[in-house]
Amino acid sequence: MNEIIRSLIIVVGVLVVMLSISAGLIWLERRMLGLWQDRYGPNRAGPFGLMQVMADMIKILFKEDWIPPFADRPVFVIAPAVVVVTTLMSFAVIPFAPSIGVVNLNIGLLFFLGMAALGVYSVVLGGWSSGSKYSLLGGLRATAQMLSYEVFMGLSLMGVVILAGSFNLGDIVEAQRKMWFCIPQFIGLVIFIIAGFAETHRLPFDLPEAESELVAGYHSEYSGMKFGMFFVGEYLGITLISAMIVTLFFGGWLGPVLPPLVWFLLKTLVFVLGFILARASLPRPRYDQLMSYAWKVLLPLSLLNLVVTGGIVLAVG
Amino acid sequence: MNGSVTIVEELQNRFGAANVSEQATCDEFPTVWVPQNRAHEVLRYLKTEVNRPYGMLYDLSAIDERLRANRPDQPESDFTLVYHLLSFQRNEDLRVKVGLKGEFPSFPTITNIWPSANWYEREVWDMFGITFDDHPHLRRILLPPTWKGHALRKEHPARATEMGPFQLPEDKQEREQEALRFRPEDWGLKPTTGDTDFMFLNLGPQHPGAHGAIRFMLELDGEEIVNVVPEIGFHHRGAEKMAERQTWHTYIPYTDRIDYLGGVMNNLPYVLAVEKLAGIEVPDRVKVIRVMMVEFFRLASHLVWYGTFAQDVGALSPVFYTFNDRERVFDIVQAITGGRMHPSWFRIGGVAHDLPKGWDTLVKDFVRYLPRRLKEYDKMVLRNRIFKARTQGIGTLTVEEAIDWGMTGPGLRSCGLEWDFRKKRPYSGYDQFDFDIPTGQHGDCYDRALVRVEEMRQSLRIIEQCLQQMPPGPYKADHPLAVPPRKERTMHDIETLITHFLGVSWGPVIPAGEAFVGIEATKGNNGYYLVSDGSIHSYRTRIRTPSFAHVQMVPLLSCGLMVPDLLAILGAVDFVLADVDR
Repeated sequence: MNEIIRSLIIVVGVLVVMLSISAGLIWLERRMLGLWQDRYGPNRAGPFGLMQVMADMIKILFKEDWIPPFADRPVFVIAPAVVVVTTLMSFAVIPFAPSIGVVNLNIGLLFFLGMAALGVYSVVLGGWSSGSKYSLLGGLRATAQMLSYEVFMGLSLMGVVILAGSFNLGDIVEAQRKMWFCIPQFIGLVIFIIAGFAETHRLPFDLPEAESELVAGYHSEYSGMKFGMFFVGEYLGITLISAMIVTLFFGGWLGPVLPPLVWFLLKTLVFVLGFILARASLPRPRYDQLMSYAWKVLLPLSLLNLVVTGGIVLAVG
Repeated sequence: MNGSVTIVEELQNRFGAANVSEQATCDEFPTVWVPQNRAHEVLRYLKTEVNRPYGMLYDLSAIDERLRANRPDQPESDFTLVYHLLSFQRNEDLRVKVGLKGEFPSFPTITNIWPSANWYEREVWDMFGITFDDHPHLRRILLPPTWKGHALRKEHPARATEMGPFQLPEDKQEREQEALRFRPEDWGLKPTTGDTDFMFLNLGPQHPGAHGAIRFMLELDGEEIVNVVPEIGFHHRGAEKMAERQTWHTYIPYTDRIDYLGGVMNNLPYVLAVEKLAGIEVPDRVKVIRVMMVEFFRLASHLVWYGTFAQDVGALSPVFYTFNDRERVFDIVQAITGGRMHPSWFRIGGVAHDLPKGWDTLVKDFVRYLPRRLKEYDKMVLRNRIFKARTQGIGTLTVEEAIDWGMTGPGLRSCGLEWDFRKKRPYSGYDQFDFDIPTGQHGDCYDRALVRVEEMRQSLRIIEQCLQQMPPGPYKADHPLAVPPRKERTMHDIETLITHFLGVSWGPVIPAGEAFVGIEATKGNNGYYLVSDGSIHSYRTRIRTPSFAHVQMVPLLSCGLMVPDLLAILGAVDFVLADVDR
């Protein structure tokens, strides 16, 4: 009985915390962008503009839920939900602290990759079902981008799996007690971060959205809470990728003095800020440049990383 | 400099003195009249055969001559076509005029000589109803396709009050909307070739990357651009028509809004042209003040371009930094003129006020401040590898193409031609300043950016020299057409009082004549061709803007590239829609 209540608390807790963190990130991003761009950002509603998120939420919830007459209705409605569901599902396998985690899955890493791959459907279907040319172009770009970046996102993590000898995320964290994997798996880390940017389609890889080219890309036709879902999905994605980077390469909850959960959250925050900083500072490459970069540079590099890691582990072990 | 034989003599030797008659104007360019049946030949000769040819069709417009009273040494005509040619080898302009008779005359197209004539001839047809035979797409360009009449003809009303109240019932609205529908076959575009189906994408008139109300119809194969058809005119306000009812002075504020990022930069060619007509010499202090303000606006405009160009290729932040710096430029402009974006501050024969006390401190601080920032932007934008990948080798242009299509300004210089009107034909005392003309080599988007950024540094140099060498003296010319009689004197004799009254209530009467002045404006070459009929307003004002020619080149630059490249090209060309549509 106790076990069930405990699990329920964790499930609900993770859900609530993740959703509010992703909402809070909207505020954080706007404030940080403001700071880096020599302006204020939201600073009127509530202390430090914190209530801005509430105001936006209320506005977006009460907006007319409009579906364009030329859209494919059912798909149009389902698409934004997909990204939120798959991203939230992925959080289930993340160990936030030694005993805090929704489920201790022995194929946790594969589960994460699977969910990430499913999340792509959200963008693709959203762009396709909108019935607009700009959305279609955004959806097409998303398909190509995700397909190519999925490939080595998985491959870049295999080095970690070899070192830890497990797909279980908890075991991977434990395996980093002596040394964080960011040192032996530096190349894997870099590739995973790049793939993570592509996965969350954030600048510099926001080609499906590319507001100066495609107006708003795949979600041009979305408004109200359906647009809000894409929006929240994006911030959930940032949090998820940051949490994964921390778990796989920076020792997860491990750290001295402070409680494990605090360590985990602090480390995640650093990478979240990294995402925002990248958005503030980089231009956007062209679609074909992104593709050739993926296939010609990153894929061979991640394969090489895998082979070398495997070789060394074989030789030493 | 131009040898012993002038171009007019050359033409007279070749085509016979009877066929080429010269007209006197107030500017330094020769103006020749050629008969209708020889005009085509003369123009072709000037572009291809003559020694040191006239490579650029700098401008093409028309004059409705039917109500004009003072044209002593000109052949009879109802409408006159004006071809303004520019030779880079000679550093000379030539105006070729062709007189046409009849209510709705026609004339053969010259698109087979200059491809850039395409849009100019469409504009002449749109505005005057002059038909160009064999023109590939003779349709309205600035006015809506449903417009009745041709706006620059003298019988066309100039004020809304003369046209009756505007109404938009539902059926009319539907007609107007239907008229805007893009039909590929109208432009000779096919929806399929062989086994490829093309997608037509309507980019604009409202699009975040297009910098204003302009529409590009794209024929796409995937994301690759097969064809582009730009459609302009959404920003047309009839600036040239308005000039025919405003007095010489009250037209100055309208010029500010032509290139709305250029502020007083637009006043300059206009007042210079009026001064040429009136024979006004301005004091040295006026010249230096004008140069300083104009260079401030060049900075302001280039700063806007810098930020928005970076944004076009996806960088979010630079636009905030450069707008911040532009705000500092406006602080100085505000302290000096009282206005910000459109101060309308230049006057015929001078400027509106003297410089305020302490202006030099403001300018000094700014000159010290900006170079540091520019260095930072270099690091953030120009040296960024993604930025380079997005702009290098994109939208390339050779010098020959640039000249053929009428490109001027930084775009022309980025192809490698060192051509700047401030150096080649110093106006307003630019010969007194020490500065360099930056040029590029490849004529691509990246070189256009490099040239503009370097131009900002040169502008700072010029401003610094203005600061050090600001001459003392009056801020307006003591000329009866520039300033009204002094108030004390009007109290003594009635003649002075009458002159004062007329000068203030009507405005000055500028003597009959024609003059053109072109300057190196922010986007390229901006020029005003003024025709005075000896009245308080101009008989015809022709505004030659750089952006019009540049937007016409977009298809040339972007075909075969991808959609994101188009946006980079639009950013690098740096046009202002008000400058395109006037």
